[in-house]
Amino acid sequence: MASQELENILDHYRNPRNYGELADADIRVKDSNPLCGDVVEMHIKVRDGVVEDIRFKGKGCAISQASASMLTERVRGKRLEEVKDIDRQYILNMLGIELSPVRLKCALLSLKVLKTGVYTYLGEKLKLED
Amino acid sequence: MSQEAASKSPYRIREDFPILSARRGSKPLVYLDNAATSQKPRQVLQAMEKYYAELNANVHRGVYDLSIEATERYESVRRLVAGFIDAHSWREVVFTRNTTEAINLVAYSYALGKIKRGGKIVFTEMEHHSNIVPWQLISGLKDLKLEAIPITADGYLDLSQIDRFLKDADLLAIVHASNVLGTINPVKKLTKTAKEYGAAVLVDAAQSVPHMPVSFKEIGCDFLAFSGHKMLGPMGVGCLIAREELLESMDPFMGGGEMIREVTLSSSKWNEVPWKFEAGTPSVGDVVGLGAAVEYLKRIGLDWVRRHEEELTETALQELSEIPHLRIIGPESVKDRCGLVSFILADIHPHDLADYLDKTFNIAVRAGHHCAMPLHAKLGLTATTRASFYIYNTREEIHMLAEGLRQALKYFKA
Repeated sequence: MASQELENILDHYRNPRNYGELADADIRVKDSNPLCGDVVEMHIKVRDGVVEDIRFKGKGCAISQASASMLTERVRGKRLEEVKDIDRQYILNMLGIELSPVRLKCALLSLKVLKTGVYTYLGEKLKLED
Repeated sequence: MSQEAASKSPYRIREDFPILSARRGSKPLVYLDNAATSQKPRQVLQAMEKYYAELNANVHRGVYDLSIEATERYESVRRLVAGFIDAHSWREVVFTRNTTEAINLVAYSYALGKIKRGGKIVFTEMEHHSNIVPWQLISGLKDLKLEAIPITADGYLDLSQIDRFLKDADLLAIVHASNVLGTINPVKKLTKTAKEYGAAVLVDAAQSVPHMPVSFKEIGCDFLAFSGHKMLGPMGVGCLIAREELLESMDPFMGGGEMIREVTLSSSKWNEVPWKFEAGTPSVGDVVGLGAAVEYLKRIGLDWVRRHEEELTETALQELSEIPHLRIIGPESVKDRCGLVSFILADIHPHDLADYLDKTFNIAVRAGHHCAMPLHAKLGLTATTRASFYIYNTREEIHMLAEGLRQALKYFKA
């Protein structure tokens, strides 16, 4: 039987939270992982430097889509400056399972999309972790 | 059982492959990614070690005994490969790094030099990227038109418009056996048609040469490319088989040592074929390993290899087709297939599935687009899961795969 963490990932994959689009989004950003063909797109509504609302859509493996779903739940209401501080370890803790290097790319795609969007919105340059 | 028959059992063959008995974790390795690379038998590993331990010297250069012997070893593999692939002469065998490099050699030394501006290269929708991208790289340099022969819904080439494609073509570049669909294409017939229209023909034989008898003479093509590492040999050596008069007329691919006869500071004269196309120190140890691999395959016989893989493929097609929500890609007929089966299982992403099979059962399968993105786009898929077989795979391993897939359906609640 799958662990609690795996069950949680599968649940987010089967029933993604915050799935869809925002017509009045301030940030629209999309990226893909060429190896898997995973795609994640995020729409974010910003008010006073805070993530007021967020939606994502995409397709791909369970890890990539569950990661995006969980991440949208966690960043709603966060200040953009806080979003900038989210790192790889945060995503790993969020998922709670061990990941091989290949699957790490799947897991981190949503964070890459989110941060690319936020940095572009703020007019700053994004430095990605290795 | 006679020794002859015993040596042709996958159970006996497995004993020659150290990696298949090495334990990684609690379960034995079920290796079903042979279309990506094959495992290597002890005979190949030992031949390479022996070469480096007893015979290592640079080839074609030294006047001392060791270098002469190393050169003889290197050149003896060329003759062995020429016989194995049924070439007209050993001069038709060029050692490259792999299939990809062999095709690039043809792109730059043949297509770029010989095809007139505005000419046309035809390939197919089921090509590996290595038989698409090299043509794209050179097409812009000479305004070459690129066209792809489409595939049918059941995974064959759609040859209904073949004359339209070939009538003004300069080169047909075609895969012998598809690494995704498994389809074995009628390359002999297509070569004949292409030749009638005056086109040259390159056959990407990466998935056929390791698995079935292939004759360069009988196909009648101008170029044929394959990799050593998919046929029990080491990574780092592949072959371009090319008609000698074409090699004579082509410019070199890369410049450097070995490929020259005479060099002045302003110009050079080229060496004879095939050395004209082997610039720099070749991967001699790998070539020696390839020689041992060819000898191993000759001993088993490619007819047996093909039969064995047909049996495994038939078992796989049957067992997988009984699994609910499993869709097999490619031709239904085993006779038209090489030893691999690609599929989709419900809505489980192939990467999740491959990850699960690996973690839970130690089954290694390939997941993704298998370096054939245009084909997947045509099929309306982003990825598939692929199981591919070789001489050491057994029916039991197919059963394990089928059982693993049934478990996956439950696990992913698909």
